[in-house]
Amino acid sequence: MTFELVAQGGLERRERSGVGCIAESGFCPDWIADNYDRYITPFFEHVYLTVVSVAIGFAIAFTLALIAHRRQWLVGPITGVTGTLYTVPSVAFFFLLQPITGLGNTTAIVALVCYTLLIIFRNVITGLRAVPADAKDAARGMGLTDRQLLLRVELPLALPEILAGLRIATTTTVGLAALAFLAGGGGLGAELDEQPFFKSNVAVAGGLAVLLAAALDVIILTFQRLVTPWQRAAA
Amino acid sequence: MAEGRGVTAPLAFLGQFGDAVEFIFKERDSVSGGVQVGGLAELGDFALIHLLVSLVAMVVACAVSVPIGLYLGHKGRGEFLAISVSNVGRAVPAVILLFFFIAFVGNGFKNVAVVLVLLAIPPILTNTYVGVRQVDRELVDAARGMGMSGAQIVRRVRLPLAMPTIFAGIRTSAVSVLATATIGPYANLQTLGEPILSPQIYDFSGQLGAAIVVALITLAADAGIGLAQRAVTPRGLKLAEGPGRRPRLALPTRRREAAT
Amino acid sequence: MTSSVRLIMAALAALLLALGGTACGSDDEEESAGGGGGATSATLIEKDPANASKTITVGSKNFDEQVILGEVYAQALEAAGFKVERKLNLGDEQVIYKALKAGQLDGYPEYTGTSLTNFFDLKVKDVPKDPDKAYELAMEEYAKQDITALPRTQFENTYRVGTTKEKQQSLLKGATTLSEVAKLPNADDLSLSGFATCRQRPDCLLGLKSLYGWSPEFVADEGKYDPIDKDRADLGVVFSTDGELTTGKYAVIEDDKGLFPPYNVSFGIRNDALKKIGPKGREVILAVQEPLTEDAMRELNSRVSLDKEQPEEVATQYLKEEGFVK
Repeated sequence: MTFELVAQGGLERRERSGVGCIAESGFCPDWIADNYDRYITPFFEHVYLTVVSVAIGFAIAFTLALIAHRRQWLVGPITGVTGTLYTVPSVAFFFLLQPITGLGNTTAIVALVCYTLLIIFRNVITGLRAVPADAKDAARGMGLTDRQLLLRVELPLALPEILAGLRIATTTTVGLAALAFLAGGGGLGAELDEQPFFKSNVAVAGGLAVLLAAALDVIILTFQRLVTPWQRAAA
Repeated sequence: MAEGRGVTAPLAFLGQFGDAVEFIFKERDSVSGGVQVGGLAELGDFALIHLLVSLVAMVVACAVSVPIGLYLGHKGRGEFLAISVSNVGRAVPAVILLFFFIAFVGNGFKNVAVVLVLLAIPPILTNTYVGVRQVDRELVDAARGMGMSGAQIVRRVRLPLAMPTIFAGIRTSAVSVLATATIGPYANLQTLGEPILSPQIYDFSGQLGAAIVVALITLAADAGIGLAQRAVTPRGLKLAEGPGRRPRLALPTRRREAAT
Repeated sequence: MTSSVRLIMAALAALLLALGGTACGSDDEEESAGGGGGATSATLIEKDPANASKTITVGSKNFDEQVILGEVYAQALEAAGFKVERKLNLGDEQVIYKALKAGQLDGYPEYTGTSLTNFFDLKVKDVPKDPDKAYELAMEEYAKQDITALPRTQFENTYRVGTTKEKQQSLLKGATTLSEVAKLPNADDLSLSGFATCRQRPDCLLGLKSLYGWSPEFVADEGKYDPIDKDRADLGVVFSTDGELTTGKYAVIEDDKGLFPPYNVSFGIRNDALKKIGPKGREVILAVQEPLTEDAMRELNSRVSLDKEQPEEVATQYLKEEGFVK
């Protein structure tokens, strides 16, 4: 096979001095202003991963906690299982699930859900346990059924604890979702991994993740304040 | 990808388990051959660095957080600081912090240790502060009445009574630190994360094997600190917990923290 | 100016114009055999509506050049009307080869040397040094897997051992070839940084040991030039098409014993997918890789690694500047 002598070709050859903010991989506000749009999709992927994982995790853990609240002997085993899942390093999880769930969102979400279980479960149980006995007795005295007791007395009083757990789970998930790219799940972590030495990139991708965690934290906190007005006085 | 594998995969997974355990104990060829990987020797090296960097971080974090937490808790000042540290600590996830360090500061043992210290401080600091504040006012007054100085009060009254809470914080931190040390290889630190992050060399069984080791270490640390927690809980407190009250769970879930 | 000088200038100008004109004008409309001169040299890819029902999955490995190439092929096929799914940045050669054989993707650009030593178990010293022979051997081996290795690119992206110019003087005492480095008294104390799999690759670290007798301390680091810059390693395994090599900061140590086999790119595509895209699709793939000289590839890589642009955009720029798309 022979190739004709190719001269310049149409490709423009740029002048590069090797000097300058971008060339030196520094923190360059100009570059950020020009390129911020490349972070938009990863940001929303990150939001998606976090919100979906926490929602599913909450649904599962909350249900387990309600069941265990009535059958206290279950608390130990459930804590054990969710606790063990918690100790498996998240990094490993993203890889180990791949043979079963493949590359992509699903693997990432399954792994992230597993991490929220322990935190939420523990907090819901603790919150329910902390409900003062007199409140429960008074309610029973008023003739409330078990379910009414749960809905009208126990859960509202346990709410601060539950929401605290939700906050911790959410911010932790934002952090772990930064590794979701290992499972092909996208997110801001993928951007970090692409140019880990380029300061501007790390600053933006990392900064967005931190802002997301903070924002979600504040949202849940605000919700908590709104829903438990009696707590404000107690603080 | 998972086509046709969905059902048989979990079974195959169990088979892989045996392979992974073998990886822990015996050396074998890397994925494309040419290098020996695995076995106790290599994993031992990784585990050593993993534990070392975690231990250093925990020691430094405790050395910094406990005194400050004790002081602030005793004086009753700086609640805002303690709570803020905890909030900021939660908002900046460990992974992100590590990436920041790699880009802006550098990598290697020292830098990873610093990141882990920063990660470990918030739970310990907050818990120390809260634990000290929770001590019954009457006990402190009684001690003051007996003529104890501030420092003595802290040492003999507040600290022992706050121990369980402080240890709960240490437990939380330790688990976080051990887990985060797994991504050390990103910063060129060869912890147990090395086989996990390099499947091209170590293969799936290598990843699983290393993951099992990390999980075991973390469980052991958690249990160990839990035992220590029971050991340092003054007998009086243990009795006070009595049959009527439920034992506390490990995560600090103080009303104060929840209310912020 | 005197009138005679002006005359000569005019004649020269005319001559240049004529030469330029003929160079441009001699282009074929069919095979874009060489993109010599001018933006109108390459053929604009025609969109064939019949292709719209055909989907092809293009993959790539997980480093800049691969992602750029993957995008170039993907966008070119899209310009021809095909529906293209991308599985770029998938992983290293082991991962992607498995995926290719399993049908999770239809094709990706692989380096001839890499496939021969990593997939087909050739010893590094047995790989033909001639790029064409290496390609033909790879083609034969791939064919056994029902995969067609399409004709190779002219450029190759081979390994180089590089270091900063200062370190070449201070640590290597001015050594310019790997044999010289291996003979240095401090040879085995030197540290060499490289991507993780280099450690187990016979065409990387293992080859250095066996052919040159040089056993440097290996530092696994995905940073390429960063470890050398920041003194995490003395030397580094780099690539001949790296953009950084144009900055003049680095010195490349010559592979005088010819350890590294040829590494031309050949798009390996599953036979069923090749049938799907047909001869026109095949033409598009070959046409679009034609202008890729080592120089051109280095330019594209520089745009990603130095100018910090995104591979997709750089691929689009390439296709536009070469005249394949508008």
